[in-house]
Amino acid sequence: MRDIKTSIQDFGWPRIIIFIFLIVLFILAPIVGVRLDASISDVLNRFGQYAILVLALVPMIQSGCGLNFGLALGIVAGLLGSTLSLQFEWRGFMGFFGAIALSLPFSIIFGYIYGKLLNKVKGEEMTIGMYVGLSFVMIMCIMWLVLPYSNPQMVWGFAGKGLRTTISTEGYWFKILNNFLAVKIGQFFVFPTGLLLFVAICCYLVWLFMRSRTGTAMTAVGSNPDFARASGVNADKMRTISVIMSTFLGAVGIIVYEQSFGFIQLYTAPNPMVFPAIAAILIGGASVNKASMVNVVIGTFLFQGLLTMTPSVINSILQTDMSEVIRMIVSNGIILYALTRKAKVTK
Amino acid sequence: MGQTGPLLSLKNISKDFYGNVVLQNVGFDLHEGEILGLVGENGAGKTTLMSILFGMPVIAETGGFTGTIELNGQEMHFASPFDALDAGLGMVHQEFSLIPGFTTTENIVLNRESMKPSILNDAFGDRMSTLDRPEMKTRAVGAIKKLGVKLDPDMLVSEMPVGHKQFTEIAREISRKNTKILILDEPTAVLTESEALILLDSLKKLAREGVGIIFISHRLREVAQIADQIVVLRDGVAVKNVPAAGVTIKDIASWMVGRSISGEAGPREESRALEEEIFSVEHLWVDMPGESVRDVGFSVNKGEIFGIGGLAGQGKLGIPNGIMGLYPAGGTVHLEGKEISLNNPAAALKAGMSFVSEDRRGVGLLLDESLEWNIAFTAIQIHGQYLKPVLGGLFTQRDSKAMEGLCKEYIQLLDIKCTGTKQKAKELSGGNQQKICLAKAFAMKPNVLFVSEPTRGIDVGAKKLVIDTLKKYNREYGTTIIMISSELEELRSICDRIAIIDEGKIAGILPPSADVAEFGILMAGATDSPSKTKRQSAAEEAPRA
Amino acid sequence: MSAKKGIAKFFSDYAVVIIFVLLTVFSIGPSGLSISYIIQEIITRLGRNSFLVLSLLLPIYAGMGINFAMTLGAMAGQIGLIFAIDWGIAGWQGLVVAFLVGLPVSLLLGWVCGKVMNMAKGREMVTGYILAFFISGVYQFFVLYVMGSVIPMRNSSITLSRGFGVRNTLNLESVRQALDNIVLLKIGPFSIPLITFVIIAVLCVFIVWFKKTKLGQDMRAVGQDMAVAEAAGIPVERTRIVAILISTVLACVGQIIFLQNMGNMATYNAHDQTSFFAAAAILVGGASVTHASIPNVFIGVILLHAMYIVSPLAGQNLFGSAMIGEYFRQFIGYGVIAISLVLYAWKAKKAADATRLGLRLGAAGESTIVKANGDSGNGTGSAGKGTAGGSK
Repeated sequence: MRDIKTSIQDFGWPRIIIFIFLIVLFILAPIVGVRLDASISDVLNRFGQYAILVLALVPMIQSGCGLNFGLALGIVAGLLGSTLSLQFEWRGFMGFFGAIALSLPFSIIFGYIYGKLLNKVKGEEMTIGMYVGLSFVMIMCIMWLVLPYSNPQMVWGFAGKGLRTTISTEGYWFKILNNFLAVKIGQFFVFPTGLLLFVAICCYLVWLFMRSRTGTAMTAVGSNPDFARASGVNADKMRTISVIMSTFLGAVGIIVYEQSFGFIQLYTAPNPMVFPAIAAILIGGASVNKASMVNVVIGTFLFQGLLTMTPSVINSILQTDMSEVIRMIVSNGIILYALTRKAKVTK
Repeated sequence: MGQTGPLLSLKNISKDFYGNVVLQNVGFDLHEGEILGLVGENGAGKTTLMSILFGMPVIAETGGFTGTIELNGQEMHFASPFDALDAGLGMVHQEFSLIPGFTTTENIVLNRESMKPSILNDAFGDRMSTLDRPEMKTRAVGAIKKLGVKLDPDMLVSEMPVGHKQFTEIAREISRKNTKILILDEPTAVLTESEALILLDSLKKLAREGVGIIFISHRLREVAQIADQIVVLRDGVAVKNVPAAGVTIKDIASWMVGRSISGEAGPREESRALEEEIFSVEHLWVDMPGESVRDVGFSVNKGEIFGIGGLAGQGKLGIPNGIMGLYPAGGTVHLEGKEISLNNPAAALKAGMSFVSEDRRGVGLLLDESLEWNIAFTAIQIHGQYLKPVLGGLFTQRDSKAMEGLCKEYIQLLDIKCTGTKQKAKELSGGNQQKICLAKAFAMKPNVLFVSEPTRGIDVGAKKLVIDTLKKYNREYGTTIIMISSELEELRSICDRIAIIDEGKIAGILPPSADVAEFGILMAGATDSPSKTKRQSAAEEAPRA
Repeated sequence: MSAKKGIAKFFSDYAVVIIFVLLTVFSIGPSGLSISYIIQEIITRLGRNSFLVLSLLLPIYAGMGINFAMTLGAMAGQIGLIFAIDWGIAGWQGLVVAFLVGLPVSLLLGWVCGKVMNMAKGREMVTGYILAFFISGVYQFFVLYVMGSVIPMRNSSITLSRGFGVRNTLNLESVRQALDNIVLLKIGPFSIPLITFVIIAVLCVFIVWFKKTKLGQDMRAVGQDMAVAEAAGIPVERTRIVAILISTVLACVGQIIFLQNMGNMATYNAHDQTSFFAAAAILVGGASVTHASIPNVFIGVILLHAMYIVSPLAGQNLFGSAMIGEYFRQFIGYGVIAISLVLYAWKAKKAADATRLGLRLGAAGESTIVKANGDSGNGTGSAGKGTAGGSK
């Protein structure tokens, strides 16, 4: 029975508290008059919306680059893909997958340069990733103003140039995944089959990759770079590949988010997307140097569940909106917890 | 020496780490103004003895020790190194313990700075006193003068040559008011010859002023030159405690490496006729920190077990690490007539060489992964084995079944104690971890296998098993093995020939049957070039191409 | 040869400073601002920001990098100000009260921060950054829910209409520039807040003196090599906590000075950019993650703010969009921090490689030195003694 004890220890008390808290919220929901079916539907939807952004963190954690605080680079690549897709007026699945395809070359370029940079600054990846992400988002702010987009739905009406801060995907590929094979039960519950299917496929593909020769090498580099090197693996190359993958998954993640949310958010919008993703994977049980698909799924579900349920339930109880404060404390608290834990790798 | 009793007296010191005895009834006296040379091979117990003397917490954490330490006839109990310092012991460790951005002066008086009280003392305590820099400098200069060397008190440590750093450390120890005993652990290892001479002179000067000195060194020539008394440790026992007068380097060397107390090692191999050269190395240099190789050449015959020995820090570990591409290296290496490109681990592995690293936990294992991963990983990456095609060969996936099969095979073959193939490597004992490392190398089906320190840090029973496994593997598959070890007896029990490395070069190659003293002399670096060739005996170095 | 090297070194050491000077000088023209306006603005901002930036110095000395968690002190200062306003204490006395209230809060937060950073040695910066966000959440909880409900508030004009929690914007009219205006020195067209500068000068004197104390010396030792300091008997963790503690208290004072000059306070966001501006300023001024001095602070504040003053207008006039200048200056701020961090990490790696090369030259003797073309792998460059064999 030692397994239960150690697995609780491994899981960590903050995660258990969050888990219990969420269960309490679900139990309280009907009591305070919040519809459970609508809540679950909401949680599922938000789960699908965010899951791939969380998944994007896996490759870099596995390769030893740590938490990708520079995920904003991937998000920007996704924004480029989706705005171009809209510019070309691609609609439906063509528009959605076109956006992903168009974001691929940007992801590769950004990821390659970012990866090369991180290889030069080993040990400081997280702090540097954060500021590289922040400053890159600022450059892109200027770019959104000056790039020659012309679709009238995207540019400021009065100036005729410069992209709007939010662009609706309505009429292009709004809810393209959410509505695909969606199952509606009753008035309040919708099961977003297409969305969850897409998330599942992405997770499966990453899982497959992690089992390939390259994926195996990547994990070994993260686990013990010296071992990997002694086995003839080029550690820097593996790290760069992981950064490119992470960046591309970030791009896919934001496009999936946009189709569900209904808006492409530009300018400084990528910045606040990063921390929740990191918090989610950590809540799911990942550490700074190990992460799995299970961590992604559990973490996204717990974190988004928390974010969905706290406003509705807590607000009903206290008659005040504490969700923002709870979100800040929980998400930053869990990151802090992960950073201050002694590295588990025994050497 | 006016005083009658000894300054420091160690009596019946014994210490074991979880049943593994490392020191047994060791005792010696140190008098005022005396220099005591403490010599012994790696693992002879010198470091442990000094840790005990200094009250290092590691000793108490591992169950303490037995025996007594007396200072001026009074029994001492040091709870921490600071107690030992207060009692008048000074220690210069192997690693520099200096602040790089501080000057000589600041380092000499580190945490013992002269201070002038300030108004904030009452509120916030002594640490708010300001430093009295002129006074600090005076003290530093005094210590430097006492040492009798030239040191700029205002120079930054980061800009100093290595020798000056060493002097700064010694100056720091003697600048304490009450330092009566100075212990130096391998103080000349990083110094040039001339710097070492200056150091020896200043130590003699200190001794004349009444300081008792314990001088630990591998360099027997220096020990013979400077010491008044010589204590030789071997396998945790002080085998000799003699006045230095009349003792030759050869004497010390043979005492040092003489037969292990635990008795004769197994029967020696009869010399085998192995003719065909399979592997050769010429003018190899390797930049491995602390184990740099300068210019090494040797050749190994097919099916041979070739041993490489030598003292720590002389470069024996650098040889396999350099050849396998783990550290920057140069020179030429041929395997079966083909030149191997250096600085490229993948090329070395692909060519049919395999390496069991001395750094088992650092390089040898993926501690947080399963045994399957550990054994199969290199074969997956280099040979593309244990992969299965998916989607009609579009890409490949790890073949868990094949990996499990491989792992099971070796668990059985090497008798690895584990709960299953999915167990994490970090959960195994040292001996079983070593077997995993061997299995990883065997799984590559190498032509030439390098094993570095295969028995380091594992218990006695496991040691024999590992050695037997290597021998069996050599005999059954004809695999050529190059084994690097600090334990001479181990090399002599299994190898066909043994090369001894000294200062990054081959000091000589001997047959396992050669006299222990001969090995000792080669190891101790007592030879100089002209006589070196003469001492090389019958087994002789293979002719160089 | 050496002169050339010297020039190259000068440019690489002061690259950031030089780029900033050039950028700002070239932007002055297009911005259309008068020189005297710019100078007055810089004087104002020096008084407003210097104290905050100075609070970063001690953690850098202690080897903990840029203290992004200085925000904790800023929040303590804000809490102090809220109470001072609530109690209706006006003028400089209000600021003193704000400090007296903020002091224990900042001591507590600084101690927590020091503890947390001791748990995250080697990644203090990212930890401090996240800690600032975390405590910001706690701060919001306190100000939004506790103040006015658990802790009574007298002044209904600063509480939200629902009865508890503080309004989004706090009018600091009663203490506005209370410090600056005690003595406002007029020199030609410029007005100089003398007392503010006196306080800043006192802090500088304190820092200079502090570096000469035993504690300051210990801090430097800890900053350079924790292991050696520990072996010499210096209480490493305690010293690090003290460095953060002082930094947090200084940031508390700094934020009070900053806000009295601004005259109003965004209750929930005023501290968001505090560490960003302070970090960018000190790095622009030529400091690095490991080295900083008082001149770095003032050069940095002047350069960063000169650019902040001119760039929106320059952007407006050059590109027809003020937003471009706005985004550009933010990009510069973040970019400077990113570049400084990269240079620092890169230099550290290069220094390790250089040590290794030194070893190699010594070791290889006459052998030809071939540049290793293997993958750069990891630099296990040990700067210690050559004999650090594996057996230890």
